[in-house]
Amino acid sequence: MVAIFKYNAGNVRSVQFALERLGVSSVCTDDPAALRAADKVIFPGVGEASSAMQYLRQRGLDVLLGQLEQPVLGICLGLQLFCRHSEEGDTTCLGLFDTDVRRFPAFADTRLKVPHMGWNTLHKMQGPLFEGVKEGSAAYFVHSFYAEPCVGTTAFTHYGQHFSAAIQHNHYFALQFHPEKSGPVGQRILENFLNL
Amino acid sequence: MSLAKRIIPCLDIKDGQTVKGIRFEQLRHAGDPVVLAEAYARQGADELVLLDITATQEGRGAFVGLVQRVAAVLDIPFTVGGGIRSVQQVECLLQAGADKVSINSAAVRQPDMINALAAAFGSQCVVLAIDACPHDDSAWYVYLNGGRMATGRRVEEWAAEAVDRGAGEILLTSMAHDGTKAGFALELTARIAQAVPVPVIASGGGGSMAHFAAVFAEGHADAALAASVFHFGEIKIPALKHYLLDHGICIRSDYLS
Repeated sequence: MVAIFKYNAGNVRSVQFALERLGVSSVCTDDPAALRAADKVIFPGVGEASSAMQYLRQRGLDVLLGQLEQPVLGICLGLQLFCRHSEEGDTTCLGLFDTDVRRFPAFADTRLKVPHMGWNTLHKMQGPLFEGVKEGSAAYFVHSFYAEPCVGTTAFTHYGQHFSAAIQHNHYFALQFHPEKSGPVGQRILENFLNL
Repeated sequence: MSLAKRIIPCLDIKDGQTVKGIRFEQLRHAGDPVVLAEAYARQGADELVLLDITATQEGRGAFVGLVQRVAAVLDIPFTVGGGIRSVQQVECLLQAGADKVSINSAAVRQPDMINALAAAFGSQCVVLAIDACPHDDSAWYVYLNGGRMATGRRVEEWAAEAVDRGAGEILLTSMAHDGTKAGFALELTARIAQAVPVPVIASGGGGSMAHFAAVFAEGHADAALAASVFHFGEIKIPALKHYLLDHGICIRSDYLS
């Protein structure tokens, strides 16, 4: 059984639909026993870092997240919350990844539109999630903050600078883009995660 | 590659069917929205817009059901819009599986709604739609109700205010170009795209592949939207992507053979 981690910053419906298209049923829950018992845990996220972390801490879910033993997949804000610190709301995050989250520089300085919204390419992909995914494949991103490249970075994307499109540490995997909205490329990445 | 320019087919929905108005009138049927949405995703559309043009309450209820059916099959992002008046309505559409909502008249009438939506759901899902028309003084003004009602507001001023309030994207339609297939409003699009820090989707007038190349290269649009040219097969999306690639436009092409 795949458990989708229920908290105050999910885009749960799209992830569930994507799993259904792969013939996989899922349960959306914040019950610690159910989360510990699941084969895989998906930690989605569309929202704001400080309020999400506050919500998790108040319920002890931050501790639970760090103790999970099965493969865990963070998506979008999920990736950022796995890092040490985020500039969004000056937030101390879970510290599962050895890197920090920064805001993309303002339009006035760079002419880069923020949020970084749309399809951008994945490079130097490593690890089991990217098996069968070609160098330069595009994925769908929507975010204003990014994780700096680190030793755990398993895919890079360029937007003004290189940032971590994916990070892995042990059984914790995370994607800055939305695999559930990234067409066949995203479907393959989700399938690879489910097959771990 | 860097961030790809997006191609966005727009599905106008009335009573559960796709329609496209020529200059927003004379509606013609163009297929089942769920089937059409899935087909566009397979062809390589980067995103979709579903616009509800139903006037009745019953039709509006049906639209939420349609959004859910589209979300179940679609593996690319989609925006829904048309007649959105309240935060609750938006919550309902997002819960049904829409990625973003587009608001137009309600935002002009109650600009605080933009702030409320951005605070509740994040700017990334708030698309501000602007219907623009040029006046004799050659400035562009904001119109409502499908171009029937003038507001007297300048487009650049409204776009800037909306972004300050939390709009995450601008869907800019030139009423003067819509339905003409004579090309996008390049000068207007360039002006707005270069003035606001959020992506701008150009809409209205796309009739040939060259028009799409021009709106990206000269109009500085981040995305281009069209309806009937796609629905009636006058422009096929894979061919358009190949054309744009050949003309040096950065697009998502990894699925092309």
